[in-house]
Parts: sequence; C-alpha cells; structure tokens
Amino acid sequence: MAQMNLLQAINSALITAMTDDEKVMVFGEDVGHFGGVFRATSNLQEKFGKRRCFNTPLTEQGIIGFANGLASQGSVPVAEIQFGDYIFPAFDQIVNETSKWRYRSGGQFSCGTLTIRTPYGGGIAGGLYHSQSPEAFFAHIPGMKVVIPRNPHQAKGLLLASIRDDNPVLFMEPKKLYRSSVGDVPENDYVLPLGKADLVKEGKDITLLAWGAQVEIIEQAATMAQEIGISCEVLDLQSILPWDVETVCESVCKTGRLLINHEAPLTGGFASEIAATVQERCFLHLESPIARVCGLDTPYPLAHEKEYMPDQLKTFEAIKRTIDY
Amino acid sequence: MQDRNHLSDVQATNTVSLIENGLIEIPMLQLLDENGHETNNKQSPELDEATAKRIASTMQYVRLLDERMVGAQRQGRISFYLACTGEEAAVVGSAAALSPDDMIMSQYREQGALAYRGYSTEQFMNQMFSNELDPNKGRQMPIHYGDKKLNFMTISSPLGTQIPQAAGYAYGQKMAGQPALTICYFGEGAASEGDFHAGLNMAAVLNCPAIFFCRNNGYAISTPSEEQFKGDGIASRGIGYGVKTIRVDGNDALAVFAATKKAREIALAESCPVLIEAMTYRLAAHSTSDDPSSYRSKTEEDKWRAKDPIERFNKWLDGKGWFDKKAYEDFAESSRAEILAAVKKAEKVQIMPVDEIIEDVYDTPPWHLKQQLTDLKIHIAKYPEHYPKTSGRVK
Repeated sequence: MAQMNLLQAINSALITAMTDDEKVMVFGEDVGHFGGVFRATSNLQEKFGKRRCFNTPLTEQGIIGFANGLASQGSVPVAEIQFGDYIFPAFDQIVNETSKWRYRSGGQFSCGTLTIRTPYGGGIAGGLYHSQSPEAFFAHIPGMKVVIPRNPHQAKGLLLASIRDDNPVLFMEPKKLYRSSVGDVPENDYVLPLGKADLVKEGKDITLLAWGAQVEIIEQAATMAQEIGISCEVLDLQSILPWDVETVCESVCKTGRLLINHEAPLTGGFASEIAATVQERCFLHLESPIARVCGLDTPYPLAHEKEYMPDQLKTFEAIKRTIDY
Repeated sequence: MQDRNHLSDVQATNTVSLIENGLIEIPMLQLLDENGHETNNKQSPELDEATAKRIASTMQYVRLLDERMVGAQRQGRISFYLACTGEEAAVVGSAAALSPDDMIMSQYREQGALAYRGYSTEQFMNQMFSNELDPNKGRQMPIHYGDKKLNFMTISSPLGTQIPQAAGYAYGQKMAGQPALTICYFGEGAASEGDFHAGLNMAAVLNCPAIFFCRNNGYAISTPSEEQFKGDGIASRGIGYGVKTIRVDGNDALAVFAATKKAREIALAESCPVLIEAMTYRLAAHSTSDDPSSYRSKTEEDKWRAKDPIERFNKWLDGKGWFDKKAYEDFAESSRAEILAAVKKAEKVQIMPVDEIIEDVYDTPPWHLKQQLTDLKIHIAKYPEHYPKTSGRVK
C-alpha cells in the first residue's frame, strides 16, 4: 500500500498496464515528455519510450480515429482527451466507429481493446468549457462502456479493468479530485469489476446514488441527515454503462426511497434512465417519488458555479422532502 | 524536419508577395495513352503477364458484377447497390500492387480490391442479401463488405472516418514489426471531411506506413469537384502535410500499379505515409438511389466513356500478345452465369435467427440486452405472422 492521490493512482495503473503488456500505448495532446496537462502520464515516455507514449497533433477526432484503427489492429490504445469538454470533435468516431465496429463486422473486427481517458466535471472554476459532465451522451451508445471512479483506489483498479476489458471503455476522471482525493492504493496489480456499483455506506431510510466527485457530496448530505435521525444508504454507481441495476434496485426495495445526484444538467441526464428503470422494477416498494438533484439545465457557469452545483445542502433538502412526502 | 518547423529557420523577405495556387505544378503519371500505347518507350513497366491478366479479369468481373447488381436492385431483389464503373483501374491496379498482408480500409466503391483478393461471387451475394452466411451477419446495407481473412476491413458508411483509422492501423503494424502497411481509399468529396486532415497530419507526424489513395472521380453524389475544393486537387494537400505525394491517371491501370508499387516501397522503407491522387471519373451513378442525368450531361459522360480503363488496358495486353478474345468472351459468359446463379442461391438463404440481434454489441451481452431479447422473443411468439423471417426459430 502507498498513499497516492487520484492522479498518482492513474499513473500507477498506466505503468502497471504498460509493464504487463507491451501492446499498451498511451497518447494524446501533451501526454509525452510533458506528462499531460494534469501530469497523469508523467514519466511514461521516459520509462517506455516515445513509440509507446507520445504526443499527438491537436485533433480529438484524429486521436480517436487513430485509436480505433490501432485497436482494430490488435494493439491496446489508451487515448487521452485532454478535457471531457473537448471530446465532441471525436463524437462521430466514438458513436459511429468505436462502438459499432464489432457489431457491423459480425464480430470479425472490434475496438474492444480501446480505453479513452478524459477528465470531467466542475468545481475547479473552469467555466463552460472545462467543467462539463458528458457521461449521458455516451451512455446512449450501444457498444460503449462508461466508467467513473471516485477515489484513488477505485481509479487504479477500474482503469486497469477498463484497459483489459474486451470492450471500448470511456473512463471519465473527476478532475476536481485529481490532487485532493488521497488514499491507500496497492502498488501491485489489481482490478475492480466493471458494471458493479459500490456500497459506500449502509442505511435504511433512503438510498443516495451518485458517481465520481458527487459521491463525497452525497456522503456529506448523509452525515447531515444522520444528525436529524435519517439513515441514508450511499451507493457509488461506478459504471454508468452497463450499470448495476441489481444492486441499486435491491437497495431501493430495502429503503423504499431513492435520490440520484449528478453534476450534469437534469434534463436527459443519466438519473432519468435510472429513475425510469427503478420505478419499473421497484414500484410497489417506493414510498415517495424518486428525487433527482442535478446541475441546472444551463451551460456550466463560472461566476455562479457554487449556485449551479448539486451540492450537499441541495441534497440534504431533497432528502428531507423525500422522507416527508 | 525539426529545424524546419522552428521559426528562426524561416527565410525572411522584404517583399510583399503572396504565394498563388498552382505555383507547384503536380503532373499526372500516365504510362498508357488512350489507345493503350506505352508513353515511355525507353522503360517498359514492370508488370508480369500473370498479374496483368489477373488485373484485366478482375476489372472485367467487377464491371459485370456491377451491371448485374444494378439490375438486381432495379428488380427489387436487393435494396441498394453502388457501382464502380469507370474507376476499375484505379482500384484494381492499386490492389494488385499490394501484398495480401496489407490491410485495406476502403470507402465503399472498392469492390475491385476485394475481388482481386479472391472474394467469391457467393460471398458478395451473401453480403448483399444480408443472409445468415454473410460474415457481417446481415447487419449492414449491401456493399458494406468486410473480410478478416482477406485483410479487408469492414466498411462503414460515414465518409472519411477510415482515414485517421488507417494511420492507427498502420502504426500498429509498424509496432508489431510486420512488413505490411495499410492502404486507405476515399473519394475527393470525403477529403473535405475533418477526418481527412486529421488523419493525414497524424500519419505524417507519427510516421505511419500507410498509402492514402484518393479516387478523384469528379463527383460527390451530385457535387462536382469544382464546388468541392479550390486548390489543386487533393495532391496539393499532401505536400502541405509533409506527405510524399503522387498524382496518377486513374484510368491507366499500368500507371496506377506503378505508382502504388513505388508508394508501397517508400512507405515501408521510410516508415511514412504516401498520398496517391488518381484522376478518374465516376461513370456510374453515385448509387442506385441517384440519377446523374439531373446534374451532368451525356456529352461529358461520353468524353470519359472514351477513356474507358478496361478497354485501354486490354489494348495494351493485346499489343503484348497477352489478350485472348475468345477467353475474354468466355469469361464474360461464365461470370454472368455464375453471378445469376449466386443471386438465386443467396436470396433463398434465410436471415440470422433473432438471437443474433444482441450479439457483438459487446463481447458478451450485458443484462439489459439479454432482458430486451427475452421481451422481444415473447412478443414475436405472440405475433409470429408479423415477423415471418424469424418467428419460426423463436423458442
């Protein structure tokens, strides 16, 4: 075990993967000698050479197009998109190519070895274009997996699992936690299962569900609720697609209530999908409507970032409303 | 290269002078004139008899296949077809210069390359009839071929996406130490997509052994090339990206073969991309959904019909004593019969069972897909007459 922040855990996962399999290649804008704008790829070029860790020209559609070809050839690309906000030039390559490669070829070819890493989310005074949480767009793409860790331990285990999974994975990293989230991380090789939610805290009155940086927000809200006698069960979804319907529904059937929190705008956010499925499966167990505490349906603001965010106070208020329904 | 990109090495001038388009003349390699005579008397092209005959018969075959399948579409037997008439030399001539280990990433008008590699008439038909013998499991529209054994990447409809992909595939081949490269076909219209610029630039910067082969056939559906770009074709762009470039007469199979052979040597020896611009003409409609008479004249088409690549190549073969008229006619007859028989056979083969609908989305179907299939099968079993192609096999 070693104390690592989330970036160091990502770096450790990449070193582990590249040491384990020489077909693993890491590339993107500024990821080479510089080590990436957040330093997630520090020292990789020095350790593994310029042919396996390299800068690309500034073209997201080019990076993912290149990565798709490389994956279909049998290499194991880990492509970095510098900010989740800049992934959209690559949207066509992801939607029409990465995710459909296996299906359209009847399983003859695939991009299963591809992992796309990208930092996402707010809380860093990044304004409109350094703060977005675009997971719901990618959850709408059959063939993709979408994974979001909440701390260094999850980050290393889930990233290694994503790199080795035989499906293309979009691995979204909560950049707000890059340096602030610190914890014990095994130095050896380990994986955490994809498609599984993590039970963070047991409770009996209401289930709180979030992912990434928002998990610590619902934990804070759970502590506030505890003080007024409300027992919250806290779940980290971890995998957005495919998501762990069993764990979520089991918890909701037990508590009878569900609150979903995400940073992305409310309308069309992934909470909508979860809410629809949960009401279908747990209808007779529900004591109150499913609550969603999400970002506003506005672009991500700068000066009003604090007001925009679905913080612990908004969550706490929603918990009380749900309990008192 | 490193130095050239540095500002301090740029030569200064004190004259305001703009560089104009056309400053660099990019000639077009032509080894056969329109009558099939060699243009270079000093040096005969390096093309052996067997390869030359295989190029000729493949071009003849795809011409026949196209004619027959356009007809099959008109009869309502298949939903869609896309002919390569007039462009046979560009595609077959280039495919012939490759090694079978080279990956082909095509756009959608390269059936000639697939036929050259040995894709059978039956395989063409199984794909076009979306039946259960199609290795793509009937999932894509006709002409979206793909065959792993023949190193022919499955086609996707979005234009130009294969260009950066080819750079990546080629990089992987290089890293694996394979003595093989990737050829990427596309049209001059697709070269307007962002993926073209991204892909060429990446291939150049990352030293990817790939051949980017542009079929400049004059039209993107109805849009003529003069409404597509202002510069000197597509070749001029290669120079801008630092990519070795050659322009070739796309209706001259010999020139296309020679240019591609050279490009392949350079790409592998120097580990770099090469751009080939083949000047040709899409005598066919864009697809069976298109009618060119609404946007171009018969006179224009006739001008290009006179430059027919197949006739030109056959004349050259004849001059070498390699053309046998009887064999040519026999092959036409037997191919037509073979195609017709394969159509009749393929259209009788059933489609995949409905269970295949959720396969290959992921390596194994996750819970939500399994649930959706279960629900679907219950529904089909309830209304079997409404889903006649699959209901008989739903248990």
